[in-house]
Amino acid sequence: MRRVLPALAFACILAAGAIAVAAGHTAQDPAPVATPVQSTTPDPVARGRYLAVLGDCAGCHTRPGGAPLAGGLPLQSSFGTIYTANITPDPKAGIGSWTADQFWRAMHEGRRADGAHLYPAFPYVYFTRVSRADSDALRAYLLTIPASNYTPPPNTLMFPVNIRASMTIWNALFFKAGTFQPRSDQSAEWNRGAYIVTGLGHCGACHTPKNLLQADSRSKPLQGGKIEDWVAPDLTGAPNGLGTWSQDDIVEFLKTGRNAHSNGGASMSSVLIHSTTQMSDEDRRDIAIYLKSLAPSQPPTARGAPGDLMAEGGAIYRDQCSACHGVDGAGEPRLFPALRGSANAQQRDPTTMVRYILTGSQSTATTDRPTPFAMPAFAWKLSDHQIAAVATYVRNSFGNSAPPVSVGDVASLRHKTAAHPIQKEPPAAEQR
Amino acid sequence: MAQTLPKTDAVLIGFGWVGAMMGQELTDMGLNVVALEKGSWRDTPTDFATTFAQDELRYYWRHELFERLNHETLTFRNNDGQTALPMRHLGSFLPGSNVGGSGVHWNGQVWRFLPTDFQARSHNVSRYGKAAVPDDMTIQDWGVSYDDLEPYYDKFEYLCGVSGKAGNLGGQIVPGGDPFEGPRRRDYPNPPLDMPYAPMLFAKAASETGRHPFPHPAANSSRPYTNPLGVQLAQCTFCGFCEKYGCGNYSKATAQTTILPVLMRKPNFTLRTHSEVMKIELSPDGKTATGVTYVDAQGREIFQPADLVILCAYSLENVRMLLLSDVGKPYDPSTGEGLVGKNYAYQITSSVNVFYDDKILNPFIGAGALGMMCNDYNGDNFDHSGLGFIGGGYIGLMQTGARPIETHPTPNGAPTWGSGWKRAVAKNYLRAATISTHGAVMSHKQNRLDLDPTYKDALGRPLLRMTFDFTDNEHKMSDYLTDRAAEMGRAMNPREIKVNKRAGSYDIVPYQTTHNTGGAIMGANPRDSVLNTYLQSWDVPNLFVPGANAFPQNAGYNPTGTVAALTYRCTDAIRTHYLKAPGQPLVHA
Repeated sequence: MRRVLPALAFACILAAGAIAVAAGHTAQDPAPVATPVQSTTPDPVARGRYLAVLGDCAGCHTRPGGAPLAGGLPLQSSFGTIYTANITPDPKAGIGSWTADQFWRAMHEGRRADGAHLYPAFPYVYFTRVSRADSDALRAYLLTIPASNYTPPPNTLMFPVNIRASMTIWNALFFKAGTFQPRSDQSAEWNRGAYIVTGLGHCGACHTPKNLLQADSRSKPLQGGKIEDWVAPDLTGAPNGLGTWSQDDIVEFLKTGRNAHSNGGASMSSVLIHSTTQMSDEDRRDIAIYLKSLAPSQPPTARGAPGDLMAEGGAIYRDQCSACHGVDGAGEPRLFPALRGSANAQQRDPTTMVRYILTGSQSTATTDRPTPFAMPAFAWKLSDHQIAAVATYVRNSFGNSAPPVSVGDVASLRHKTAAHPIQKEPPAAEQR
Repeated sequence: MAQTLPKTDAVLIGFGWVGAMMGQELTDMGLNVVALEKGSWRDTPTDFATTFAQDELRYYWRHELFERLNHETLTFRNNDGQTALPMRHLGSFLPGSNVGGSGVHWNGQVWRFLPTDFQARSHNVSRYGKAAVPDDMTIQDWGVSYDDLEPYYDKFEYLCGVSGKAGNLGGQIVPGGDPFEGPRRRDYPNPPLDMPYAPMLFAKAASETGRHPFPHPAANSSRPYTNPLGVQLAQCTFCGFCEKYGCGNYSKATAQTTILPVLMRKPNFTLRTHSEVMKIELSPDGKTATGVTYVDAQGREIFQPADLVILCAYSLENVRMLLLSDVGKPYDPSTGEGLVGKNYAYQITSSVNVFYDDKILNPFIGAGALGMMCNDYNGDNFDHSGLGFIGGGYIGLMQTGARPIETHPTPNGAPTWGSGWKRAVAKNYLRAATISTHGAVMSHKQNRLDLDPTYKDALGRPLLRMTFDFTDNEHKMSDYLTDRAAEMGRAMNPREIKVNKRAGSYDIVPYQTTHNTGGAIMGANPRDSVLNTYLQSWDVPNLFVPGANAFPQNAGYNPTGTVAALTYRCTDAIRTHYLKAPGQPLVHA
């Protein structure tokens, strides 16, 4: 059932999109090269290496155990699996034979060297904002890394998405090429932050809600998205976003993977490891300045949690959670995250929080914070009902407010995470 | 035919506390280091998660964290008149296995030995005369002083984030700390743990009777702590599951919580688990270690060549590996020749239970090194004239967590089984506490380690044979400590006390301490020691053997702090001297 709905929807939109294209609307109008908002290192290779950090290229283009940037990491979408491309300089398997213009077109318009459409799993909807100079520098760097002749497996996408030309319609509906245009009413730092966040950083790929066809919701940028059964939290100034974080808090999180509010983990791990911890202090500051300028989203309205569920959840919380997170939900800063005011705990969609309880989670180890503090899995220990109760309790205690969690939410995630376990199950005595 | 791997700069045999310290220091020097651990990988979230770490049946009764005796054990006898038999169930001591070693299930008791402990022979002879040290008491000076080790004790205490109160800061006695300790350069990195009721009652009684109580130095963190490597420990929750358990709360200092998060990220460090070293290979002249041969998980024999071999398994296994590898000459008590296996020592413990009617002590609140202690009767802190023994031990009331399967205090006269026993346990569980004594064992001519002539391990190698008994010195000393403990127990004004002296021969069945020392001892010259004071083999200079095996005799303290200090002194010597002239002795005989 999961896959039929998007397929049907796509068929309908195909028709509508075809009309739009016929009407001559094209997303591929040449855009002017924007005023450079970029690092000033003169050496293009060195600059390109740093741009690869900003873009977190390794996060998707290096598969576990594979050669750097040789691709092959499977990305799951509701349309099937896409394997990331080899972007090493190998002339056949990689991009060694691509010209600078072809590379720029991939970044700017989402087209392969042969002109065929790339899928937006490659985030060209953000990379289009990158300047031509940065695109050239990035390519210059990629041509210097060791070539790998590894060819990733073919994608396994459903019809009609498996036909690359279908992206013509998708692009017509959801994509507009164009480099970043700085705003004269904002500071240079804000513009630099916006250039990174909305461009190479492609933060919205996870943090912006998506429509049925996986395109960004234009009205809700960075207000929290769902990807591969994780909810990436709201990054606006909302109470369940970054409202309680200071600019320094954001900088510390990006630099060390932790701050007084939160420990980075789950899907953010790879971003922290390959990208934000490697950035310059100035860029982290500028990202924080930009994020702090985002107007708060509309917070979810709490419908009030049933009293008996809260009582039961509170008892479970004191037994199972309070040793680390504290009876008052304050946690221990940078060791055990606070649940009081936690963004993850207060997202409208409780997926991330329930997954943490079911499967456990590990804080990302970074150079500054090398200890991978971990939360143990509770799937083997707590029932769906108990997890719903304790999650509801946390979402509505310590000043938090979020809709209750249903037993069905937990059961569904238990099913999904068993199918895609994210970490080793704890070794119960019987299994030894 | 063993497969030969590419040579590495250094190979570590065993990957517990000492292996982790060695790995961290040697990789910092730029060396490529391979660690070989016969057991499995273990980390906090996977193996000691708070959701199941406090499981007495699994860990206390079924010994999950300890050496698997069906694979490898040792044989034991009290004296040469007996035939040693293999231990088939652990009892008196509990060596760990797997990554982190015994350091995973320790209590976190971090002590410094007394300055006089390092001059055990010369100090006692000069103060009490030659007769104070009988001929068959084979104690000797260490060849290092407390001052030599002070910087390295300090380094370990800051690595672990030890919670405590200094008693002697640079020679100034500080109220509230241990006035008998050697001078320290600075206070502990964290304040003492909050103290429960029972230890406070003990401290009051000890003070009122003229002793000097102070909080036990604890590698159980009293507050969130980031160590010099950037690794973080969390505040202890007093869950009461330290000894024999892994800490799921990141509060007890172990290799996992202090070093491994940094070490495992280093590109010049490699850990191979399920890799059991068979022997250290020597050059034809026997003066250079060429590497080690080990058996991997598939049973393949593999030779790992190395420039530097560090033997850092458990102290007993270190001695066995030297014997199996023909490094040095085995000790023979009948001729007095040979040194490997000589001066095996242990510790002697006793206790006094106090029972109240009117005080609820909540003994389940606990931490491994939580308690109030006094060292008035440790080492040579008191006048031994006329007592007939040397050495001593600490006395203290520790509250390590009265885990329900293990803890069932009953007074004298209570039934030992049935409903009467159950009633006595129920009545006393919340109202009882235990004062313990922890005494030194001097080395003795007959107490030793060698290879068993009969029994072999799963890989066909002879087991280690332990020949050990307490001597008059230990019994007199322990009885003296127990009498002092009883005095303090009575001064606590309980309903009654119960005195548990250590009588008779050493018995390997009841748990006492996992403080096995000696067998490959250090010293100032090769005539009476296996290792120089940098823990370098006198015979094979590119072999170092850090561990409690180096203690010439034991002291009245837990050994880990001193093992760590000796290890850091060793790594410092490797960094500053050995690597400038590799393969050369650091001390010329």
